[in-house]
Amino acid sequence: MQISLEVNGERVDAHVLPRLNLADFLREHLQLTGTHVGCEHGVCGACTVRVNGDIVRSCLMLAVQTDNASVETIEGLSDSGEIADLQAAFRDRNALQCGFCTPGMLMTAQDLLKQCTAPDREQIREHLSGNYCRCTGYQAIIDAVETTARRRVERQP
Amino acid sequence: MKASAFSYARATSVVNALELLAIHGDDAKVLAGGQSLMPTMNLRLISPELIVDIGGIAELKGIAVKGDVLTIGALTRHVDLQRSPEIATHAPLLTEAIAHVAHPAIRNKGTIGGSLAHADPASELPACMVALDATIVIRGQSGERRVAAGDFFTGIYETALSADELLVAVELPVARQNSAHFFCEFARRQGDYAIVGAAAQAIVEGDRFADLRLVLFAVGDRPVLSSAALRLINVAVAPEVLSDASTSLEEELDPPEDQQATASVRRHLAKVLLRRCVAALLRRPALAAGPRA
Repeated sequence: MQISLEVNGERVDAHVLPRLNLADFLREHLQLTGTHVGCEHGVCGACTVRVNGDIVRSCLMLAVQTDNASVETIEGLSDSGEIADLQAAFRDRNALQCGFCTPGMLMTAQDLLKQCTAPDREQIREHLSGNYCRCTGYQAIIDAVETTARRRVERQP
Repeated sequence: MKASAFSYARATSVVNALELLAIHGDDAKVLAGGQSLMPTMNLRLISPELIVDIGGIAELKGIAVKGDVLTIGALTRHVDLQRSPEIATHAPLLTEAIAHVAHPAIRNKGTIGGSLAHADPASELPACMVALDATIVIRGQSGERRVAAGDFFTGIYETALSADELLVAVELPVARQNSAHFFCEFARRQGDYAIVGAAAQAIVEGDRFADLRLVLFAVGDRPVLSSAALRLINVAVAPEVLSDASTSLEEELDPPEDQQATASVRRHLAKVLLRRCVAALLRRPALAAGPRA
């Protein structure tokens, strides 16, 4: 099927099979391999991307469903500088080790920070509850998100 | 894993979707938000020949209040329910329950119609529909029919829907005066399926229940409207009355055993939820404690 969508601000036209999911489309057709594929059934959160501004599981969405949609991946958020401070906080706090979950974590954390300027640790945990990390034990990730939220509030004029 | 190959049709209207379902019957599956269907396909538990994508049908979206009926379109997403002021005012049980449905990225895609049609016995929304005494609106090529939520769920992943029908909306009575609700579930982790959960809608007059619909979920093949709780209506709820109800509840449940919990753990947790529910709704915290075993 023919689809036409926007990926990280660029128009993409492609011909895809119905069974192709969005995660595989991004990785294999567009070589945007920052979106990771872990469980392929919506449990791990590594494939989280934005579609029309909302975070979704790209393994639970067909590429054909994104016709006319706007998709943003970790490459888009990273290149635009939108999450530069969050990425720096992840580095500073050692909130990643192997890095497999990190794109999904950053996507989900940024989603929370857009909705809520001063989340407490419980709210951060709840929002990230659908993202698995097998290395860090989560505390460092919560620290990084909390720090970023605080710094963003301080930067406000 | 990846889903096996299938054909894909984007339905342009409810009528168009019903035409496709009439032709393909059991070989077709309806795709709404896909948050239950896609995992099932990726795990190759099902391999439909045709996917009928209803995601673009505008007439199936939205929340409306008319008189004392709250209508929710089948394609209304969990996140829309969670943020809706109409739902918060007229069906606050749903607002509270939705926070327990999976995780933000899933709630951004998952729909109420999809969740109800999927009918996982451990999921929250089917139980809420029974507690709220909702009516499920179903359309087929021969017309529309309405089924009480209590009759809609017929087994594990089984409902009154036939393969050529579409769940188009749910209708809820708006919360009346003196309405109160309760929602609580035990899960290993925020957003996981419940080990045992409870959703209740009540009318409290003074120190008594004028109505109490307590529905337990993840304790059987479908949501269970507790008859033990119904017996607490219009009586003075003394501690011994609640103890009797708790014993009756244990007898009416036949919970499954799985890797999460044994049947007896589920029975125990259901009794804890009954006590907490009654204590919270009647605002008598002491009732929650129960007798020491």
